[in-house]
Amino acid sequence: MNPIKFDPDVCVNCETVDCLMKCQYINFNDMSEAKEEKLKINDGKSSRVLDECLTCYACQEYCPFGNNPFYLLVERQEEKGILPSPRPIIEEQLRMMKPKGRISKEAVSGPVVDMCAFPMLTGCVRGKLFEGASIIVGTDIFCNIMWLHFAKNSTIRERVPEAIDNIMTYYMKEADTDELICFHDECYGTYTSVADAYAIDVPFKPVHQFDYYKERLAVLNESITPINAKIAYQRPCSNRLCPRTDNVLDDIFEAIGAERVPRTYDRENALCCGGVPRAHQRDELADELVEKNIDDMKAYGATYCVFNCPFCMATLGQEVAEQGLMPILVSDLIQIALGD
Amino acid sequence: MEHEDILHRCFRCGYCKLPGNYVDLNCPSYLSFRFETYAPGGRMWLLRAWLDEKISASRRFAEIMFSCATCGNCVTHCAFPEFRDRLLLAFTAGKEAFLDAGMVPPAVRDYLTKIQLHGNAYGKSIKKSLQWLEDIEGFKNQEYLLFTDDVGNFDPRGQEIAQSVATLLQKAGVSFGVIKGELKTDANDVNAMGEIPLFEELARHNIDVLNNTNVKRIITLSPHSFNALKNDYPALGGQYQVFHYTQVMAFAMGGLKFSDQVEQLNVSFHDPCYLGRHNLDYESARTVLRSTPGITLVEMDRNRKNALCCGGGGGNFFTDMLSGGDDSSARARVRESADAGARVLAVACPMCAVMLEDAVKTENLDHRIEVREISEIVNAQLG
Amino acid sequence: MTTDLIAQLGEIVGPRFVSGEAEERYLYSMDQGTMPPSEPDAVVMPANTDDVQKIVRLANTLNVPIVPMGAGLVLSGLTRALRGGIILDMKRMNHVLEVNPYSRYAVVEGGTSQGMLKAYLKKHHPGLKHSMPDAPPIATLAGNICIHGSGHLSVLGGSHSDMLTGMEVVLPSGDIVRTGSCSVTGEWFGRSPLPDLSGLFLGWSGTTGIVTKLGIKLFPNYKHNDVLIFVSENADVMPDMISKLTGTQVAEDMTPWMTPKPEWARGFLHINIAFGAHTKKELVFKRNLLQASVKHYIDDKVAGFLPLPPPQKGRFLKIPSPDLARFADLRKGGGFEYVGAIMGIEHFPEAYREGLAIAEKYQVGYSLGARIIGAGHCMMFFFAYAFNRADPDDIKRASDALEATNEAALKMGGIPWKAELPSQKQIIEKMDPSTFSLMNQIRDMLDANRIMNPGNWEK
Repeated sequence: MNPIKFDPDVCVNCETVDCLMKCQYINFNDMSEAKEEKLKINDGKSSRVLDECLTCYACQEYCPFGNNPFYLLVERQEEKGILPSPRPIIEEQLRMMKPKGRISKEAVSGPVVDMCAFPMLTGCVRGKLFEGASIIVGTDIFCNIMWLHFAKNSTIRERVPEAIDNIMTYYMKEADTDELICFHDECYGTYTSVADAYAIDVPFKPVHQFDYYKERLAVLNESITPINAKIAYQRPCSNRLCPRTDNVLDDIFEAIGAERVPRTYDRENALCCGGVPRAHQRDELADELVEKNIDDMKAYGATYCVFNCPFCMATLGQEVAEQGLMPILVSDLIQIALGD
Repeated sequence: MEHEDILHRCFRCGYCKLPGNYVDLNCPSYLSFRFETYAPGGRMWLLRAWLDEKISASRRFAEIMFSCATCGNCVTHCAFPEFRDRLLLAFTAGKEAFLDAGMVPPAVRDYLTKIQLHGNAYGKSIKKSLQWLEDIEGFKNQEYLLFTDDVGNFDPRGQEIAQSVATLLQKAGVSFGVIKGELKTDANDVNAMGEIPLFEELARHNIDVLNNTNVKRIITLSPHSFNALKNDYPALGGQYQVFHYTQVMAFAMGGLKFSDQVEQLNVSFHDPCYLGRHNLDYESARTVLRSTPGITLVEMDRNRKNALCCGGGGGNFFTDMLSGGDDSSARARVRESADAGARVLAVACPMCAVMLEDAVKTENLDHRIEVREISEIVNAQLG
Repeated sequence: MTTDLIAQLGEIVGPRFVSGEAEERYLYSMDQGTMPPSEPDAVVMPANTDDVQKIVRLANTLNVPIVPMGAGLVLSGLTRALRGGIILDMKRMNHVLEVNPYSRYAVVEGGTSQGMLKAYLKKHHPGLKHSMPDAPPIATLAGNICIHGSGHLSVLGGSHSDMLTGMEVVLPSGDIVRTGSCSVTGEWFGRSPLPDLSGLFLGWSGTTGIVTKLGIKLFPNYKHNDVLIFVSENADVMPDMISKLTGTQVAEDMTPWMTPKPEWARGFLHINIAFGAHTKKELVFKRNLLQASVKHYIDDKVAGFLPLPPPQKGRFLKIPSPDLARFADLRKGGGFEYVGAIMGIEHFPEAYREGLAIAEKYQVGYSLGARIIGAGHCMMFFFAYAFNRADPDDIKRASDALEATNEAALKMGGIPWKAELPSQKQIIEKMDPSTFSLMNQIRDMLDANRIMNPGNWEK
């Protein structure tokens, strides 16, 4: 088993402990307490952080040294048998999302869009934005990053290589491209950040959906009708694994005439949608997060709530709509601007 | 028998008897007769029993089979997604088997005989079809052919409707012509009754005429014709772009100039089965109505995929297998429209028009509600 | 005799609504379960109480059995004409007669369907609802109440028979009687404070009279509704979990379910908990109460609530759910029957294990579950088996499994509801002799000729 890529000396010498001090959900009296807890985690000792962690991935972004604080935390949770969620909930999810062996070879050609385990969203791949695209989808190519929320690094180590193997064997090996466009942030995070930290080989080139959209918008420039609307963006946890793409998103919004309101709970300060806390049986906390988040969107006069993550959209979409904002995926918003 | 593999899978749960909102019974034959045998589930079990030689074909059984109005409510609302799309196909196959066994109700036999001999259900010479139509050009490579069904060709009320639709299309600037004296019945209901060889013969005749006349795009008067020409003719070599006239009008309403003085009317729209449930168009006719000044649409409880059939389908318009009775679906429908607060019950099918007008009279609702075809409503508001 | 019978019935209801034809006799001889067919001589459909009375009097005169039937969805063969005679299909009598929004009751005819009452209330009284079983919407209110059914408000209001406020019944003699307040005041608000004669017609499988009207309680229809699904792996703690959850007294419905399919669900025990509220704040409050009641299980990580995104909840809030009907196609064969054993909730673990063992032994497609009645006062634990109607061996397996389940249920202290014929005999075997004796005395008194659904509840 490959250990998580992590250098303990980096943390020993760290003067800011950003990973914990910036945490939105766990409070520390001071930096020395935070450091103490961090070193306990590093040394494999018990720490309250292991029990209280919301698993929002943010510390991966906060750490200026790329020292994988969150992945290590998950490792320690599993080593200690700490369950963020009750065991039956985790076991059922493991079964629901396991590879089913319902996959067959299919000829694909670029651009190849990986829809992961979201077959209900394949309809999003349409129009000028995705012209000529092939789609791959199914639990047999599920990216498996969600197990970070359930202290199951072992499942990641077991299933991610299998998913990658399936992608290659059934689709990419004979494709005319080695680029795989990840419709979902999480897939991109798996095949870049997670793969690097867990030393998993990725033989194809993962492309973030935002990079793809930006490139397409440049080509389709003449077709854009600016939407001229204020939008609130719900930045998902998975985007913390590839923070540079948040700037790419700014370029996209500018290109389509969408004003990303400078609300409180965006960018580095983004709030969890509440879906995972509910799985962790922390419904009251989830309620609080949802209320703060949506009040924040409304306070800035947004008319759309734009989602990157389908799970965020499933969790928050109805609530957002009831409060008068239109829930929409990034790709769908772009398609409005393109007249599709 | 084709589709016999699904017969035993029916659970007789009864979802097929109801619309999706459960407001009332929605299977025309079950509504009329009320025996479980006349419900779709009853037919499934009886067919299975017949094939297993547990019961014999009989006059009653034939009546049960041929009283199906093919409205599609069962297909839409059956709880079993794996085989519900095949329910009507199984009933058609059952009827075909009954025809082969010579077990046919007299009214059905007479209907099919007339069509076989004359090419239409009225027993009239097809040479007379559409000769009465005024001020409408013959087809000479206009954009569309207007195709009329038997009711539009030969029934006095149907002829009024055909004239009205043709006039409206002209006012809307639609380029179309008609073929007089050559086309036979669309045979949609012949097909639904399982008389497949006759259907194919009639369809091929029509296809020959249409192809020889270089027809590419067709507007139909009747949703029954729409269904046959769009869905069943292609397999026999009839490849056309087919529209119901409301679908063309939905895009052409902007070109009409309405009178300044229009009648204010509450109108409920009766979804015809072969435009609605069978072909999933619940909006074209509503678009036409909404685009007509003075019209306020009031929906009946059973609308769109929940619509109650007028009872004219499956050949019943001519065979009257469903017969009258207080609970015939046409009578139930006009009562429903009156209760919805409509002054006019709008229809988009000549069969529906005749069935529902008769029902209004039988129900003594003349003072409360009037059945009008959509083109008649629009033409009246044009002044 | 039959020709004469049909002619006379035709004079009562009109020839259109009576049949002695082979097709009706075949179809009405059986239901969707495993019980063998038994043909009637005639099927008749009355339009009103007057018709029913005349039919019953005729049946008495001719000494012909009579079997009342609603939608025929009982599945245990209770609407078969075991000794021939007349099947009375009540479904023409399908009108909603009255709704009292203040005292919250509805009065309906004996053949009114669950779905039509639901639609009627939605249109005319959207602030009210009634408790619906998971049976298809064509199932009748009278039929379900008369077999002590239960449904989606049973945690709130008990069995559906508990929700009955009164009846109009045509006795086997042809006399018409009313039970409950409607017998005195004409209002149908309840069975108290009078001697409760309704019990003469509840649970008797149509052997004591024909219900032509009934009053049922209605409940507030909440604007906001939610469902929680509590999951555990250990059947032994289910009684305690159910007790704690029902102890909050906020749920309207609670249905544990344990199925081998989908694969991810196998071996887990789920409890669906449905509740509603007038405001969102109230809804959240109720949710918190429910979650707090089982907190120690959650803290111990042995059970928890499934994280269901809102779009996925709709399926669990659909009433009635078509999933029950769809279970019949599990074996691609349209056949489905179940033993619903009413028992104390403490028997849950035993019932669950027995169900698994029987399904394994007889190799049948199965689904296990329960509906909690009242504040955990008892449960209807169901052992459901699907079978392929076109495969006699499959039918036999299911039939054997059902028989074994009936025995097992009785052994553990449960009582199968709407018991099929063999199960009735098993129940009688176990029953206090004086109870059975009283049942017979009542039947003899009410039905001297024993024309009402004979063959049922006999040794």
